[in-house]
Amino acid sequence: MVEPLLRVQRLFKRFGGVSATDDLSLDVVPGEIHALIGPNGAGKTTFIGQLMGEIRPDSGAIRFDGADIGALSTPKRVRAGIARTFQITQLLADQTALDNVALAVQAGQGHSFRFLKSAASDASLRAPAREYLDAAGLGERADVLVSQLSHGEHKQLELAVALATKPRLLLLDEPMAGLGASESRAMVAALKRMKGGVSILLVEHDMDAVFALADRISVLVYGRIIASGAPADIQADAQVRAAYLGEGES
Amino acid sequence: MDDPLKRAIAPRKNVRSVLLVALALVVLAVLPQLADMFEQPAMVSLATRIIILAIAAASLNLALGYCGLVSFGHAAWYGIGGYVVGILYNHYVSGDPLFGLPLGTDQMLITLPVAILVSGLFAAVFGALSLRTSGVQFIMITLAFAQMIFFFFVALKAYGGDDGLIVRRRNSLPLIDTRDGATFYWICLVIAITWFALLRRIVSSRFGAVLSGVRQSERRMAAIGISTYRYKLVVFVISGMGAGLAGALMANHARFVSPDMLHWTQSGEFMIMVILGGAGTLLGPAAGAAVLILLESQLAAFTEHWQVILGPLLVLMILFTRGGLSGLWKLLRGGLNG
Repeated sequence: MVEPLLRVQRLFKRFGGVSATDDLSLDVVPGEIHALIGPNGAGKTTFIGQLMGEIRPDSGAIRFDGADIGALSTPKRVRAGIARTFQITQLLADQTALDNVALAVQAGQGHSFRFLKSAASDASLRAPAREYLDAAGLGERADVLVSQLSHGEHKQLELAVALATKPRLLLLDEPMAGLGASESRAMVAALKRMKGGVSILLVEHDMDAVFALADRISVLVYGRIIASGAPADIQADAQVRAAYLGEGES
Repeated sequence: MDDPLKRAIAPRKNVRSVLLVALALVVLAVLPQLADMFEQPAMVSLATRIIILAIAAASLNLALGYCGLVSFGHAAWYGIGGYVVGILYNHYVSGDPLFGLPLGTDQMLITLPVAILVSGLFAAVFGALSLRTSGVQFIMITLAFAQMIFFFFVALKAYGGDDGLIVRRRNSLPLIDTRDGATFYWICLVIAITWFALLRRIVSSRFGAVLSGVRQSERRMAAIGISTYRYKLVVFVISGMGAGLAGALMANHARFVSPDMLHWTQSGEFMIMVILGGAGTLLGPAAGAAVLILLESQLAAFTEHWQVILGPLLVLMILFTRGGLSGLWKLLRGGLNG
């Protein structure tokens, strides 16, 4: 067994009487795509929030690359090499796609207490930003304002911004949600190109995408992992079929 | 922008903007002569006031318009800047020591930097505390801090308390006679131009990019690895320093400082200038300051209940122009081009 990049052990989070994360243990090994599936309300987004430090778990341990990151703030976790995309996109709407990515590149280059030199004409920001846009399949739309991009393009831009932080672990929160068939295919293709280079925890409802991409699948129901294994095993698992795949969304 | 037609038009628009700004600068530069020509001596003093308030409004705009920090206490830094000039002048005249040292002075080359530093220092301390909050809490806590400073100066009998401090003579400069109204106007103009040029650099820098990101989505900033607190604190301090500079100039212009400079209505007036002119635009606050002060002075000559007219005007402006005067300007320009 390879040493995991991310190891989550016995994570608990309750909101009032509701258990959002219930004894959740999971790991992601270097280079793999580990898909996390489950019905709406299973606690997938809450789980990502805890991995990023946006939500504090009640108990449990999160180790990244061998170190306990439970006490780190979100920006510190990002600098350590974890990035996420948002299901409900969080983009800078008044700016272009390229500006959004360039700011993430800038964040990776140390502090931004530089007051006089223009950032918009800084090739050390713009050139890498274009590459990340290309990687996410959005290169042609670099100079379009975010407010004028389509929903699918927002999803691609989310991916490009996350990539620009040079993550070793990428947490993707439903990157296919709301995409049309051709946009979905483009997103799957973009993720396939990245596979192996960056480890991915993929939260997704689109089963075609999950089975096309995932090396391993875990199934989350009511905050609890009810099954985990290779895609073929998950497909065959009776409990999973009953809880999720059988009644699943189209 | 891939459209070649658009690319061809864009630089021409820029050229026109540059020309307009250049024209405005020429008019501003010869304004004292124009005032002579039209026999309107009060115009120079009015224009000086507008320029000084434009510096303060532009400073607030850096925090409010660009970074989204709705500070409702900007009069505090403005007033502190003014009091620095007043207190230093007072000690200069009386010869009494300040903090046990003979620190009094009437030299503008000393008073302005000291005013900027002291305002920045206070902004750093109060900013460090108030930036722990956000949203409505932040608005309220900046207001509360500013009122605290207001009441402190009201109670400070050694420096005039309620009545304020008179600065009998304007601070002096080597070789230049600052007592001449036109000369002082030009000094303020040069300082204002420098300040706006600096702001322009700041907002388009890496630091400026972070400010704009903080305004649009703090969550996004965290997710790309930026801890926003230090950036907000630094912009709050810069913005406080600019307001302090304006306050120091105003103390020289009015030759008087009083707690009125620190009152929350003054903070509100700065906010109105920013919003009226266009928050998050470089020259908007200057236009806002000009329009507000001119309207005030014109309407006040017309009726003593001028606020009854000004209020609805402002409401209409904000409702229908989407982005204040800058928005109106864009609408008009768009209409001409379309």
